[in-house]
Amino acid sequence: MKELRLMKGNEAMAEAAIRCGADGYFGYPITPQSEVLEYLMAERPWMRTGMAILQAESEVASINMLYGGASTGKKVLTSSSSPGISLMQEGISYLAGAELPCLVINVVRGGPGLGDIQPSQSDYFQATKGGGHGDYHLFVIAPSSVQESADFVKYAFDVAFKYRIPAMILSDGAIGQMMEKVELSESIPRRTDEEVIAECGDWATTGKTPDRERNIITSLDLVPERLEEHNHKLQAKYKEIEANEVLFEEIECDDADYVLVAYGTSARICQKSVQLAREKGYKLGLMRPITLWPFPKAKIAEYGDTKKGILTVEMSAGQMVEDVRLNINGKIPVEFYGRNGGVIPTPDEVLTAFEKHFI
Amino acid sequence: MTDKVLSYCPGCGHGTTHRIIMEVVEEMGIQEDTIGVAPVGCSVLAYEFMNIDMQEAAHGRAPALATAIKRLWPKKHVFTYQGDGDLAAIGTAETIHACNRGENIVIVFINNGIYGMTGGQMAPTTLPNMKSSTSPYGRDEAMMGHPLRITELIANLPGVHYVTRQAVHKPGHVRKAKKAIRKAFEQSFENKGLCFVEVVSNCNSGWKMTPNDSNVWMEENMFPYYPLGDIKVDGNLVK
Repeated sequence: MKELRLMKGNEAMAEAAIRCGADGYFGYPITPQSEVLEYLMAERPWMRTGMAILQAESEVASINMLYGGASTGKKVLTSSSSPGISLMQEGISYLAGAELPCLVINVVRGGPGLGDIQPSQSDYFQATKGGGHGDYHLFVIAPSSVQESADFVKYAFDVAFKYRIPAMILSDGAIGQMMEKVELSESIPRRTDEEVIAECGDWATTGKTPDRERNIITSLDLVPERLEEHNHKLQAKYKEIEANEVLFEEIECDDADYVLVAYGTSARICQKSVQLAREKGYKLGLMRPITLWPFPKAKIAEYGDTKKGILTVEMSAGQMVEDVRLNINGKIPVEFYGRNGGVIPTPDEVLTAFEKHFI
Repeated sequence: MTDKVLSYCPGCGHGTTHRIIMEVVEEMGIQEDTIGVAPVGCSVLAYEFMNIDMQEAAHGRAPALATAIKRLWPKKHVFTYQGDGDLAAIGTAETIHACNRGENIVIVFINNGIYGMTGGQMAPTTLPNMKSSTSPYGRDEAMMGHPLRITELIANLPGVHYVTRQAVHKPGHVRKAKKAIRKAFEQSFENKGLCFVEVVSNCNSGWKMTPNDSNVWMEENMFPYYPLGDIKVDGNLVK
């Protein structure tokens, strides 16, 4: 049954995981995402749906538990915040190399290093460009509300299983901590072991039966030509995802001369900036990438022919702006405004930056 | 076992240990219900030889993988196969916490006192004064620390049910080791806790000896530091 609740973003993602039929969560406390694990432990989903929950000894263990669970075809997730996600990068690379569907949630905080516990968007490069070693991508989706935080859990799992790729929800300390109204979707029962075997038995380690060859999950191949072939297969898959899975939202872009490009919390701030700009008579719109990888390249490229300028707004020193510039390819000016270290820009600051560059 | 030719050096204990694990699996009739986890080290390719579904872990993380597999598939037999560098150096945290949680899995731990695959570097279990490529003048305990008896360490954890140290260089030892592995599979499956079988093995290539000489050296040097026999039985430390 659908249900309306007032929840933190972190809690909403935890509840959404139970409702979408996840089989296991493995995680380690870190601010500002600890509510995910706390909610799950209080909710006791092992009694509700049979979902396994475990507080691991570290983020390194968590991500490797994810690898073990995902290797058996089960629907598993973990969550952490920036420093913990850095610790997980080796495991994420293995998950990508072994083509394992799973979900990693990053509730981003300020960095570098231990940084602080305030919201930030400075993990964009890490999330979208690889993060760990080797040529790989995650499916990266960025919510800008508690509702989207909840909705994207099932959505990300669906994409992960469709392509056998690890997915990441790139949230931040603001969306994770703030409370909003959220409509929770109806619960989907967890797949039975038989259903898991039927769906994933051709690759997952569910136990070798006489009717099939044994299944091996590994990211190792010592023969360079074979590993190159595997890389080609991964790249072909990434191209397919880039062609089919791009999501973005345009707000007042149709008649706009100028466009703000921002995701997550920054996009919410920019929505207000657009309103303020319109009140002053500026034709300003907002384009919000929802999937950060695949990045909405074609839509951005289109702006090169239809708009006069772009201001990219991020809670970082300027990371996504590189992808915007790459796709505009010098056709129109692309400027940047950002705050760092956990500081959230105000709508007025963004408007002032826009005026400085373009008016 | 699969038909694949073993990649181990002639005289090494890995092949024998692989075989007795697979014999136990076959004799218990649990091939369909067994999932193994291979480590990083000489046995990184263990999954090529064991005819069951297997996963290849990152270095040291096999117990974390096994934890999740067992919790998501509680009716499966789950085991890890790990060397001393993997289990007692880089994977120490995962080893100790899987043991401490009492995960109902089997850990088979091959201790040959050296990093074999990477070319004979010092391991956490390298003996005092023992030479390796990163302790070419012998392990200086004041500088490099002491050999880690991790098996005795984890035996003290309440989550661990059965701990034993075996060898596979002589037929009598092989028979005993196989019995120990079977007991470990049976008791972990009964949800009694984690069962841990250490196999003290030779590394004739890494030790730069003939297979025969390495076995003699192992008996004279490794066994006094790592004495064979049961350490914990039915949840009780052996006095």
